[in-house]
Amino acid sequence: MNSKFLIYMFKRLGMALLTIFLVIAITFFVMHAIPASPFSSEKAKSDAVIKALEIKYGFDKPLGVQFLNYLWGVLHFDFGLSTAWVGFTVADLIMGGFSYSASIGFTAAFIAIILGILFGCLAALNRGKWLDSVIQVVTTALVSMPSFVVATLLLLFVSFRLGWFPSLGNQPGGMVLPIVSLSLYPMAYITRLQRSSMLDVLGADYIRTARAKGVKSSKVIYKHALKNALTPVITYAGPMMAYILTGSMVVENIFSVPGLGRLFTNSMLRTDYMMIMGVTIFLAFMIILMNFISDVLYKVMDPRIDLA
Amino acid sequence: MQHLLEVKNLQTTFFTPSGEVRAVGNVSFNLEPGKVLGIVGESGSGKSVTAYSILQILTHPGRIVGGSVKLHGQELVGLPEEEMRKVRGNKISIIFQDPMTSLNPVFTIGNQLMEAIILHTQRPREQARERAIEMLRLVGINEPEKRIHQYAYELSGGMRQRVMIAMALACEPDILIADEPTTALDVTIQAQILELMLELQKKLGMAIIMITHDLGVIANMCDEVVVMYAGRICERGTAPEIFYNPRHEYTRGLLRSIPNIDNDEKSRLIPIMGTPVDLLNLPKGCPFAPRCERAMKVCLNQFPEEYWVAKDHIASCWVNVLEKVGAPLAELGGQEAAQQMAREGEEAAQ
Amino acid sequence: MPNEKIPIKNPFSLQVDPDLFKPATEEEKAQQVQMRESVSFMRDALRRLSRNRLAMVCVVLILVVALVAFLVPQFYPYSYTKQDVTSKYLHPFEYSAKEQAKIDKGVAVFPHIMGTDALGRDYAIRVIYGTRISLLVGIFSALIVIVIGIIYGSISGYFGGRVDNVMMRVVDIIYALPDVLIVILLSVAIKEMVSSSNNVLIAKLGAGMVSIFMVFGLLYWVGMARQVRGQILSIKEQEYVLAARATGASAARIIRKHMIPNCVSVIIIVAAMQIPSAIFTESFLSFLGLGVSIPMPSLGSLAADARSGLNSYPYLLIFPAMSIFLIVLSFNLLGNGLRDAFDPKLRS
Repeated sequence: MNSKFLIYMFKRLGMALLTIFLVIAITFFVMHAIPASPFSSEKAKSDAVIKALEIKYGFDKPLGVQFLNYLWGVLHFDFGLSTAWVGFTVADLIMGGFSYSASIGFTAAFIAIILGILFGCLAALNRGKWLDSVIQVVTTALVSMPSFVVATLLLLFVSFRLGWFPSLGNQPGGMVLPIVSLSLYPMAYITRLQRSSMLDVLGADYIRTARAKGVKSSKVIYKHALKNALTPVITYAGPMMAYILTGSMVVENIFSVPGLGRLFTNSMLRTDYMMIMGVTIFLAFMIILMNFISDVLYKVMDPRIDLA
Repeated sequence: MQHLLEVKNLQTTFFTPSGEVRAVGNVSFNLEPGKVLGIVGESGSGKSVTAYSILQILTHPGRIVGGSVKLHGQELVGLPEEEMRKVRGNKISIIFQDPMTSLNPVFTIGNQLMEAIILHTQRPREQARERAIEMLRLVGINEPEKRIHQYAYELSGGMRQRVMIAMALACEPDILIADEPTTALDVTIQAQILELMLELQKKLGMAIIMITHDLGVIANMCDEVVVMYAGRICERGTAPEIFYNPRHEYTRGLLRSIPNIDNDEKSRLIPIMGTPVDLLNLPKGCPFAPRCERAMKVCLNQFPEEYWVAKDHIASCWVNVLEKVGAPLAELGGQEAAQQMAREGEEAAQ
Repeated sequence: MPNEKIPIKNPFSLQVDPDLFKPATEEEKAQQVQMRESVSFMRDALRRLSRNRLAMVCVVLILVVALVAFLVPQFYPYSYTKQDVTSKYLHPFEYSAKEQAKIDKGVAVFPHIMGTDALGRDYAIRVIYGTRISLLVGIFSALIVIVIGIIYGSISGYFGGRVDNVMMRVVDIIYALPDVLIVILLSVAIKEMVSSSNNVLIAKLGAGMVSIFMVFGLLYWVGMARQVRGQILSIKEQEYVLAARATGASAARIIRKHMIPNCVSVIIIVAAMQIPSAIFTESFLSFLGLGVSIPMPSLGSLAADARSGLNSYPYLLIFPAMSIFLIVLSFNLLGNGLRDAFDPKLRS
């Protein structure tokens, strides 16, 4: 940990904060560009009632002031009040849903990383043999299937036809299929990434050096090759987070999990702008955080990288 | 007589998707303790592959398909991997062409140095660390206590090659293979590294196999020379023999193509015409024949056998047959026959 | 060493045909060398691609799917909007009572190859239309990315210096934005706007399509721009470009001979990778109900609709799922093939 590294961290942190600010701004102004009032869609409300509601939610003030107020609120984890779920704050609803989404998402990510690295190494070490071919075919198929296809097919065959797992997320064992649905694509992606980076590394000169020193071939792989080959996988952490979070919108709907993704699609159906904004910003924050972590981790893992 | 290293009819083939590439075909040579053997040839002549075959660190799809490599009379080809590991870095070490990429970027210099020491000497960490520092000092790296905590990217090219040498010599091997150790370095650094190697050789007494395409390096350092072309040995012998009595058209070509201070300054360098052979489509006969000025019909169709052309000098070139110099290697007493013939030749000249 | 072991005979004098030792002619020498023909990079890459059987199968598959998607609707007897309460949920090749009666009378009825949906619409034509949407989205997105990415990237790379610095900072920022979230957000907003305005074009295309194209135009080109800029910067510093400049080659020649061929590979590879990701995004949005406007079908919305009654009518899911899987798989494999064929690093 030298000063160069700290400077890099601060720069990267500044970039992350700027990105979050931009996301908040984009979210806010895009949602406020919609001409219709968030309350006009609800039936049987007089103009006076709508007016009163708008004052209550602060929609009557100039846009700039509203934005600053909103920004101030976001900084305090206050995303305002939900308009569809009356009586709840957006923050409370988000935290409620997040507890489900987090347990599914992190489990899926964990499985994807572990299995992806494992299968990727296996394929690389058996290059050209049948195991490699099988892994290649399966992962190519998996990265060609959108999350909703995987999830609905699993629901149909594993749950309805085979009856191995329940179709609803709140039943015992109900989290298994959502987790599998979310982990298959990132797992396949990591496998492919790991395979190609492992092959790159295995051809590197320093691997030859290690072998020439008389290091055991298993140790050459897990010490000298793996640490180098893992760095590309680390860069995938951010995109994987994005995939899992957006994928959960589909998967949680299919398996009726009351998580953040379902909350988001429900708020779209009920045109709850405050919720849509809040969830978008929250998800974006998670993705940007993950990108930040993976970038910093990348520099820690690979000291070569120019810390410019 | 037992040699330190005896390579006999070594054959290595790469089984590529586009066909089999015979990178090394029938290579034989011996190495005696404390001597420097040079292997010279252009890129793709199989010098490096020969070295990797000796250590059995070939990568897929390369494989030794025949021949033998004996160290102290012990056969290495076919040795179990577990046993072979005890040879690598311990009895035979190697340093590579590009010090920029030959050190692992994500581990410290010290970590990589100590790895070999701990592996082969079973010393405790603390002693291995001391040994690593000692080795770094030996190869002329200042502040070795500090350097062992640094990463490869923090060192210059010359420094890295010194680290590689330190790593290779840490377990006091009998043989050091240097695979073009100076090609990737600046000219001034090149001389330093070569000097260091000779100095360490005197101190530690190991034998060196020096792989290079630089005849100057060979002339300065080597006791014996092997000249390779397209995976085959053209000729081998003592350095004076090769330089003053070349018996293969390729070697002659090489020697004509280097500048010589003694020559008339108006004399021109003569390049070897043509391009190196395509190893996927090796000619039937002598691989050098298509580029050879003196190529004969026989050269195109038949590979020349190895012949004794003098004591301690073996060449495989049909021109020797044409000129009636030497005796077949296979024939018993060929060496003596060659010696006698050389003597007769000298007498005739007088 | 006893003397008799030394061979006294000249070992070469016997059994040697003197003819063999006549000098070889240049032609004879030349015959020994089989040079591999030298080919231009593009032709070499295309040749390597055409040798990749898997990639060629994918090209054929994509062409067939595209032909079906664009030609079949021209003469197909059913329309994707025509509802028929009497023929709800027909299985593939099943006929409704009304149609069966017609057949009994001897009138030819075109079979419902993939059955019908909950509203009695012919499913095959809906899947075909959905496929058409997917292909259009993929190709147009790639075009948008290519055009903007090349212009932006080459300006940045060509001018270098401060211009490049500023332009790349913008790229960095855009790169960091979570793109799928912004697509969703825009789709939500555009969908709301469509419902409250009468813009015919947007209404016809659907919120998802408009927002996908917008977001591709705003966000997705940065990858391409980075690659193109990187290529141009590195080519600018290559010795052979310096050499070309030193021998007096014009800027136009340098761009034509060095810049474009080197960029083309990168552009092809990046664009090919973009297509599946665009198709994914569109189907994802359609699945969430943010895609094309009803009644236009998309593979995503078809799959979403298939969820009701999934257990009884699984074919409603299987057909669009298979279709999207095949398209994306073909584009992915073709992309891999293109990368292998065009990546100069792998050229050996």
